[in-house]
Formats: sequence, C-alpha cells, structure tokens
Amino acid sequence: MGDAMILSDLTQIKARELAARKKVVLRVCLAAGCMSSESKGVKERLEQAVAEAGLQEEVEVRGVGCMKLCCEGPLVQADPENALYIKVTAQNAPSIVAALKGGKAEVARTDPDAPFFKRQLGIVLANSGIVDPERIESYIALDGYQALHEVLHEMTPKEVVDAMVASGLRGRGGAGFPTGLKWGTVAKSPGAKKYVICNADEGDPGAFMDRSVLESDPHAVLEGMAIAAYAVGADQGFIYVRAEYPLAIARLQNAIKQAKQLGLLGSGVFESPFNFNIDIRIGAGAFVCGEETALMASVEGKRGTPRPRPPFPAESGLFGCPTLINNVETFANVPAIYRNGAEWFAGIGTEKSKGTKVFALAGKIKNTGLIEVPMGTPLRVIVEEMGGGAPDGGRIKAVQTGGPSGGCIPAQHLDTPVDYESLGKLGSIMGSGGMIVMDESTKMVDVARFFMEFCMDESCGKCIPCRAGTVQMHNLLEKILQRKATVRDLLKLEELCDMVKHTSLCGLGQTAPNPTLSTLRFFRNEYEELLQPDKFGPPGNGGPRESARTP
Amino acid sequence: MAAKTLTIDGKPISAEEGATILQASEEAGAKIPTLCHLDGVYDVGACRLCLVEVTGVPKLLPACTTTVAEGMDVKTDSERLRRYRRMILELLFAERNHVCAVCVSNGHCELQTLAYNHGMDHVRYDYLFPKWGVDNTHPLFGMDHNRCILCTRCVRVCWHIEGAGTKNVSGRGAQARIITDLNIPWGESDSCTRCGKCVQACPTGALSHKGSTVGEMERDRGKLEFIVLAREKKQWVTAD
Repeated sequence: MGDAMILSDLTQIKARELAARKKVVLRVCLAAGCMSSESKGVKERLEQAVAEAGLQEEVEVRGVGCMKLCCEGPLVQADPENALYIKVTAQNAPSIVAALKGGKAEVARTDPDAPFFKRQLGIVLANSGIVDPERIESYIALDGYQALHEVLHEMTPKEVVDAMVASGLRGRGGAGFPTGLKWGTVAKSPGAKKYVICNADEGDPGAFMDRSVLESDPHAVLEGMAIAAYAVGADQGFIYVRAEYPLAIARLQNAIKQAKQLGLLGSGVFESPFNFNIDIRIGAGAFVCGEETALMASVEGKRGTPRPRPPFPAESGLFGCPTLINNVETFANVPAIYRNGAEWFAGIGTEKSKGTKVFALAGKIKNTGLIEVPMGTPLRVIVEEMGGGAPDGGRIKAVQTGGPSGGCIPAQHLDTPVDYESLGKLGSIMGSGGMIVMDESTKMVDVARFFMEFCMDESCGKCIPCRAGTVQMHNLLEKILQRKATVRDLLKLEELCDMVKHTSLCGLGQTAPNPTLSTLRFFRNEYEELLQPDKFGPPGNGGPRESARTP
Repeated sequence: MAAKTLTIDGKPISAEEGATILQASEEAGAKIPTLCHLDGVYDVGACRLCLVEVTGVPKLLPACTTTVAEGMDVKTDSERLRRYRRMILELLFAERNHVCAVCVSNGHCELQTLAYNHGMDHVRYDYLFPKWGVDNTHPLFGMDHNRCILCTRCVRVCWHIEGAGTKNVSGRGAQARIITDLNIPWGESDSCTRCGKCVQACPTGALSHKGSTVGEMERDRGKLEFIVLAREKKQWVTAD
C-alpha cells in the first residue's frame, strides 16, 4: 500500500469486508461511557465465550462506538436478532453467547424499537454503534470515502461549495453560521496556503456529542475535513481536541494513520492532484480555546486568548492564512451530504434549520444518552417521549440548552421546535448540543450561579467586562442565594448582565450572562423570594443609587 | 492609498484607508477614552473603553481595532456608552487594590484620570481586596500587582519594541497576572535589558522607578512613539 488508491481498491476492500461478515454480530459499545463501566472486559469475555462454544466461524464480536442509551451501559447488541442487552457485565456476558444457541440470556434487555431509538434519525451518528472505529475497512464497507472520491473526480471546488450552500447546513458549534457561506468565503480568500481546522474543544458542562462522534466514527470527520479542504483549497488540516478526551485522541491518531496508509490522506489522494494532511493538536482544556481566534492562537503555540474580529479566520486565520474552522459535528455531516445529495439533506429539518442535531441528553431524565433528531423536533418529544420524562414521577421544570452560553427553557415552552431561531427567541441558543433536563427540585438561581461560576473560572482575563464582570455577577448571585441581597443587588446584577453581554471581547463573555438572564426572565419569582427587605425602601426613593450616574 | 469619508459624531471627515476609528476620531476632535491602547504598539482591544456605536452594526465596536469604512456613521459618545465605560472603570477599581492616596502615580494615573472624567464618584461593586504581592527584586524598577489592570502594555512594548520578551501573562480570569520570564522574580531575569520601556508604558502605578514616592512617578509617553517612528523612518541609520 501507499500507492495511490483508486476507486476499484475501495470497492475491493468493501467487497472483502462484506464477504467476511459472519452470520451473527455481537456489537459491544467501546465508547468512553461504556468503557468506564468495564465494557472492554465484556468484549474480552464474549470473545472467550464464542471461542469456548466453537462459534468463531459464525459469530463476530465487534467493538463499536456509542449505542446512545448511555445510562444503561455497557450495551451489547446482537444481530440479526436485534436484541439489545443492557448493563452487561463480564460475569453474565457468556449467557448472551449461550442464548445464540437457543437458551435464555441472563442479561436484562431493552426494546430497540422504543421511542428513544425510533424517533432518532442518524446522519452524523448513522455509523455510530455499527462501525468499528478502529478499523478503516469497517468504515469503507459502509460506503466510507466514496463521497471523497466522487468529489475529487467529478466536481470542481466551486461545485462542492455550491452543493454545501444548497444543502443548507449550518455550523453545529452553536452559532449556526451557514457552512456553505463560510466555505465559499475561505475558497474566495486570496492566498497560496490555507488551513482547515476541526474544532473538537468541546467544553460545555454536560455535553459529550463531539467526543462520541470522534470515538465512534472518526473517519467520517476525516473524510468531511478532506472534502472541505478540497472545496476551499487547503492542504493542511488540524484537529484541535482537548486532552481530557484520551480515547478520542487515540482513535483519531489511529484513523489518521490508517487513512495515510491507504493513501486517503497525504499526497495525490485518489490519483488526483489533491494533497491533504491532518495533524492533531491537543488542548490543555481551557474552555475559551473553543472560541475560534483563541483556538488558532493555541494551535500556533501561543497563549489561548481571543482577539477582536474582523479580520475573520476566513480572511486571516491560522498563521495569518485563510482558515476554515468547523465543529466536529459539522464535518461529520459532510460525507453524507455528498453521498446522498444536497437536496436529500435540505429535505430534512425545517425551513431555516436543515438536517439533524445531536444532543447529549442529561440531567433529571430517565433515559440519558446521545440522541440525533431532525431539526424542528419539539422539545416535548425529546424529553418526554424519548427521554421518558423525569425519574421517580417528578415533573420537568426546565430544559437547559447551550451550556454556559445558553438559557433555560421553562416547561410551558416544551412545544418549541428545536431549531436555531425558535431557541434564540426564548433567550437560549441551540449551542453545541448539551441538553440538561431539570425537575422541580432544581433551584434556578443555583443553576445561574453554577454557570456563572463556570464562566468566571474559564474567563481568559483579557478583557475587563468578562474578567471582572463575571466575578461581580457571581458574587451577587452568591449573595442572593445566601439571602443577603436586596432588590438593589438584583438591579445591579441585571445592569451588569447587560453590560457584560454588550461589551465583552469574545463569545464567552458576550454569552456568559445568558443563563442568568433567561432564568430571570422565566423564574424571576425564585430570585425575588430570596431577596431581603431594603432598609432604604424601594429604589428611586432617595437611597443608594442602584445604577450608574453619568455626567 | 485611497481615502475614506465617514461621519464621526455628526462631523464629516476623511481618513486614510486602513486607519482605525480611533485614529480618525482625532481629526474629528472626538476624544475616545482608552486604556489598553498606547501609541507605538499594536492594539489588542482588551479594555473595551473605546467601544463606539456604528449605525447599522448591532454590536458595539472597539475604536482601536476597527478600521474605517466608506460612509461609516460613528457615535463616540452616548448615554449608554458613558454608562458602560463608567461600569468598566468601577469594575477595575473593585478588582484590585487601587488606593490613590498612597500610589506613586497619584495625579499622573490614566485610570484615575478616566475615573474623574467619567464622574465615578463611588464604586457600587464590592471591593474584592485580593492579596497580591509586590516584586521589588529588580535593581531599578518595582512591580506592584495590586495596581495592575492587565492592559498588557508592558508585555507588548517588551516583546515588540524592545524585543526582549521578558514580560508575559500567566493564569487566567481574575487570577491572570503579569510575570517575568517563566514566573521568576524580576531581579533574577536574564532576558530583561533594564530598558524601562515597560515602566514608561504602564498606565497606573503598577510599574514604577524605584525610589519614587507618592505622586512622583511621571512617565514620558512620547518616548515610545519616538523610538518606533525613528525606527520606521530609519532616523538612526547613519548614511555611509
């Protein structure tokens, strides 16, 4: 290998892989969640049991990525009988193999046709839980890298950009900037050297979508990056991934190595003049490095702090060159869009938000895990039907999206469809996909304080509103929680929220007040209940001034 | 180079292409408050005091890093901008231990002057009273972290005018601080050339000449600009 790969090589690999497929496949989740509950031991025990039963010729035990219902892990799925085993241990694993010969497995099962699974639509996660993330052949058997071949041989870079525009895909990092427009801008920016960066610095508390994608289907991200690089004219890519994701890093390194060996990355990909290399840059886990200008500074080896935009990365990015930065999930959408066509993608979702969105469903909800739903799915379907509602008969109070940059959507708005505009109207954001469900026991002021503390700790310290403002806002929230604050403190807090939102340098500071503002909007009574009487009487009555007087 | 015409505070003016709103505003006679900006070094847009309103742009833009555009309509002063600026100043005073009465820069301090100009008669936020040290290990200069506002002027002059790279920022958020080399006492630094540009650049009393007492620390701001211009115009190159 190492010689240029051509299409027939790809189809040969696929054919070999399909021919070698055994009658029964036992898929064991080896993503970080299940791995932390010893799924590796489960896989080894299953392999051993298969050998002991002499079934090696008929049964394949395959390590796969996330199978989505994380709260019931470790998960094992048996094909073709479509049995999904939950909470499998190394002790009871052999009974799954015994069951293949007609016995009964002593392992709990869950219904793979339950709404949690049936309501999902896999584009980004289509291969997750099916493909072996450590073998490129497994990805190729699922038509992997065919889109890259087609793009390189049948489309001009401009056609690739046009197709992306037609698909209507918007950035999945949170802000929802049209991906096609971004690609087109980078493609048109003058410059001999251009870069493509994959932002895998997922940092929102409770969010694990990007980690799961990287651990479950790393080649989809690599293929997406390669297609993007061809479209914009880049020959070097970087994946910026946080050091807290060692498994994702290991799988990416492995995937890059395999793709290089097959000539799917490197020089002259698929016998075309297209060259593309991808390197990994490991972040030290600063939340602000998810901001694109801070991320680029970090890749350059500098202190990870943001800088004012413009110039935007598309014009002057990494090392001053035009740079395309997209999120993991955005890139993972790309191969499917070119495999199935832009119209297919544009047919999914709502008018302004196309395709699907992956959410990490967490918090006070029965089924926690990873879900991918079409844009426009009502929140109620997600939390009540798929998530199964609050555990122990509790009532859902609010749903938090967008992490420390987002807001809390109260239960009365659960019929809101999930799309960029609808969530924005409620003072929240789509965000990168963290979805934290809260029940009646959750104190909203506490939630606001938690996220403010997070922003305070993660502020880089460069601009004053964010550095000093988050500290003061956090102190005011703390004061309210300790029942020491008066209505004047609340006014001060609101004034600070407004100021920090409108004066901060980067997205971190500009959105840091959002959780506080949204809880103030929908749960103001919870704040007011904690306030103490003001000895100066109501504001505006001659007591201490609550807002700044200016000359 | 093409010229751009724009309006600043209702006054039509022309500016060179590539000029910042801050540079153009001088021509319009508008005084935009600044703190992290320093003539002679590049801008970082960190202090947010120079934010201005531009018609048609929903966000406030920093005058120091935003370049002029044809037909731009800029407002450098409004009730809202004044309120935000005053709040930023209040946040700074509450953040560290700024006690003017005992400060070497009393009377010559940019932070103090800005507070006067913005009518900051008191601070509404709780003083944080952090415990920051003083580095007096250097034979010529002293660094009082209690008075530092992290404008990074000292870092920028050290790296980009002197080229020594002694000063830097360490830590993040409220824990961010100016360090010497890899966080060693200033007096032990091998890279420091003792040029004193950082001391000239400091807007507050954080950096001072040793031996100066309350109100004695005056700075020569023109010096840095002179050095930069002299280099750019090659005034120091002898003709032989």
